[in-house]
Amino acid sequence: MKVVVDFEKCTGLGICESMAPEFFEVNDDGELVLLKEDISDEELQAVEEAVASCPTEALLIRS
Amino acid sequence: MTVRSLVVVGASLAGLRAVEAARKAGFDGSITLVGAEPHLPYDRPPLSKGFLAASDDEPPHFRTEEVLRDELGVELVLGEAATGLDTDRRVVRVGDREIGYDALVIATGCRLRTLPGTEHLAGVHGLRTLDDSVAVRSALEAGARTVVIGAGFIGSEVAAGATRRGLDVTIVEALPTPLVRATGTAMGAAIAGLHERNGTRLLCGTGVAAVEGDGRVERVVLDDGTVIPADLVVVGIGVVPSTQWLEGSGVTIDDGIVCDETLWTGVPRVYAAGDVASWVNPVFGTRQRMENWTAAAEQGAAAARNAIAPDQAKPYATVPYFWSDWYDDRIQFVGVPDADEVLLVDGDTETAGRWVALYRRGDRLVGALTVNGQTEIMKYRVMIAKGASWDDALAHAERRRELALVKAGAAAGA
Repeated sequence: MKVVVDFEKCTGLGICESMAPEFFEVNDDGELVLLKEDISDEELQAVEEAVASCPTEALLIRS
Repeated sequence: MTVRSLVVVGASLAGLRAVEAARKAGFDGSITLVGAEPHLPYDRPPLSKGFLAASDDEPPHFRTEEVLRDELGVELVLGEAATGLDTDRRVVRVGDREIGYDALVIATGCRLRTLPGTEHLAGVHGLRTLDDSVAVRSALEAGARTVVIGAGFIGSEVAAGATRRGLDVTIVEALPTPLVRATGTAMGAAIAGLHERNGTRLLCGTGVAAVEGDGRVERVVLDDGTVIPADLVVVGIGVVPSTQWLEGSGVTIDDGIVCDETLWTGVPRVYAAGDVASWVNPVFGTRQRMENWTAAAEQGAAAARNAIAPDQAKPYATVPYFWSDWYDDRIQFVGVPDADEVLLVDGDTETAGRWVALYRRGDRLVGALTVNGQTEIMKYRVMIAKGASWDDALAHAERRRELALVKAGAAAGA
């Protein structure tokens, strides 16, 4: 499974970074950087929480 | 106990997330979503930000009616507020109608405080609903001379938007320093400085004596006699939980609906979520009532999951988070502002650019505020969730400053 970011929607609020910091980090310019995209079974719950927590609905998990 | 019917009262973010979480958890009984407004559930942050600024933006609805009805299997009861709750017979009253429930999630949010004596005046608005935002936007588009009463986050966003449109804007705040409840005194004053820096007039420690006009607002008169001409007055003086309809229901009300750690009200089968819910946050061990997007979204989902399976109810714990966008600046806060010490660890509040302030209670990090510190803020949210010590937080801040210097040096050398 992979996590996908819609950068058109993302405004860099960064809640995802606090839920799954191995995957997401907001940079100095306030833009989201996807640190990795492949999700292991152990990581799935954290990434799902990050997806649900996004106020702009910019995150998606693709199988 | 088998739950065959879930009723969610309140059709904003928390209510929507309750419905979606119940289905995601495999609940296949009936779901009824009751909303006071005629609109489908919509997102509120844009109402004082992007939607207010861009005249062509569509209303920020979350889901289409088809998705709600057909995919989520929700019966929508919109346009009429719930009027009563009978917890013995397990029915919600909506006007003449009674809706029975096995499980209930109350997410009725808050209503705006109003300024007494202004009800009859056109051009005086609050800003909480889509209809409010449409009305304020239309006045801004017409070039209204704008007075914002209350220098909280919503009022400040409206003022910033009006200034950006080149309008004449004044913010009037009754307290000597704005945003104290949300960010503490020192940072409240610092953030308020963003208004002056961007050319918005901010008058603090000044009450409003009268809002006057003949049918339509014409001027705002302050306690000190100052008269400010106005075509639009936006009143942003806070909210109160929408709990009137619960009188006599047996649900305990004390600045919102009193819940335990699992968002349970203490009345069988009744849970609460969002702005209306006061619950014990396990992260800090204290009772809190949040008025922010993140809590509404997460509590809506958590309350529904607990409501449909109360035997497996889980506590809801969070490090509160909110953001606000003014001018070109993004303000972000994580944690709680009640602190023994607030320390600026990066930047200078007198100048533009990034600032980072940390909040200490005892020997623990309990909060962090950043202005234009998007790359910093969430690292502190993680630390607060893990119960990080103050010393660890200061050491982290030091490392981040060093890293920033190295990056700046590399950029200069390149």
